[in-house]
Amino acid sequence: MSEILDEWPLYEIFVRGRRGLNHVHVGSLHAADDEMALRHARDVYTRRNEGVSIWAVRSDAIAASSPDEKDPLFAPSCDKVYRHPTFYDIPEDVPHM
Amino acid sequence: MTTAQDEDLLAGFEATLARHERIEPRDWMPERYRRTLVRQIAQHAHSEIIGMQPEGNWITRAPSLRRKAILLAKVQDEAGHGLYLYSACETLGTSRRELTEMLISGKQKYSSIFNYPTLSYADVGTIGWLVDGAAICNQVPLCRTSYGPYGRSMIRICKEESFHQRQGFELLATMMRGSDEQRAMVQESVDRFWWPALMMFGPPDAESPNTAQSMAWGIKRDTNDELRQKFVDMSVPQARALGVTLPDPDLVWNQERGHHDFAQPDWEEFAAVVAGGGPCNAQRVAHRREAHENGAWVREAAAAFAARQFPVAEEPAPASASKPPQEQEQERES
Repeated sequence: MSEILDEWPLYEIFVRGRRGLNHVHVGSLHAADDEMALRHARDVYTRRNEGVSIWAVRSDAIAASSPDEKDPLFAPSCDKVYRHPTFYDIPEDVPHM
Repeated sequence: MTTAQDEDLLAGFEATLARHERIEPRDWMPERYRRTLVRQIAQHAHSEIIGMQPEGNWITRAPSLRRKAILLAKVQDEAGHGLYLYSACETLGTSRRELTEMLISGKQKYSSIFNYPTLSYADVGTIGWLVDGAAICNQVPLCRTSYGPYGRSMIRICKEESFHQRQGFELLATMMRGSDEQRAMVQESVDRFWWPALMMFGPPDAESPNTAQSMAWGIKRDTNDELRQKFVDMSVPQARALGVTLPDPDLVWNQERGHHDFAQPDWEEFAAVVAGGGPCNAQRVAHRREAHENGAWVREAAAAFAARQFPVAEEPAPASASKPPQEQEQERES
């Protein structure tokens, strides 16, 4: 119990700036529970109309790729040049392509 | 870890900096880089939190509802800035509890400016104009600092500081259009805050041993003296517009340098205030400690409430025990 009282869990806060945009990570904060996390997020991260919607996620619930694996993890995306439109030669007089 | 691996990691870190890319929380970083950042970000966060006190002192005595609403919003912003920075600092592996502890035990510092008292309402304006003005000079280049979370916090803070400085200037301008007594209050306030504001940039470059390393790491982007010069050059025309005199007889435009020449603040006084001997050091820290300790029951009650509502989240238990009671009931029946 003393550990719980010591420090509230950490939440990561995501804000949707306006309709049509993704939620974007804006920072983190401590809160005792989900409801408090949302209230604190409103006060800390949206004092000037920065958002229309907030997500609060416990930091320990996030799975993240490791920076050490960066190269092996993302390497497969580098060697498939045919995924890019510039890979294909199209005659210049072909319109709308 | 072998030395060869260490060297690889260091080379990777330095290559990232050389590309002017940001270092992010889970990247490898030299221990001294981490320690320097923790010290700087924590000091910055503590300054925002302690910085609520000098102005908070006047909330109940604001001269009008308009000024009171503005001051409340500003002090709330300072709390917000402290929280952005604490959360950036925590990404370096230092907990909030440790940070609070280091502030109230005096192990970590905050800006010396907040150890000066606010003696009149004009001080609210002067703090906005000069103190927040100096803070903006310091903070704008920090938006490009090499540590990602710190830079992102600074971007949010800089957006909000502009309101702080403008409300201060407007407050002083309003008083300067008032009575002789009000004009005298503004001048007296500016006389008191000018020198401590110059001290906010830290000691002269020759006596700032950490600057070179911090600049090499891209943590700092400008030296203390460069920023101080920028602040003086910025403040002179603003003072003229207000109609106040900056209390420095040596302050004069130097055509050759393209900058103002100005006198140095009293660095002995600065050292004494940093060492704890300023007019309000003991009061500021005691107040913060009291607020933290008096808030303990609120933190405990909220944690106890959360633990009762969501017992599963706090104590991982075997799968069957983690379901709500009625579900377990149904399982037994079926």
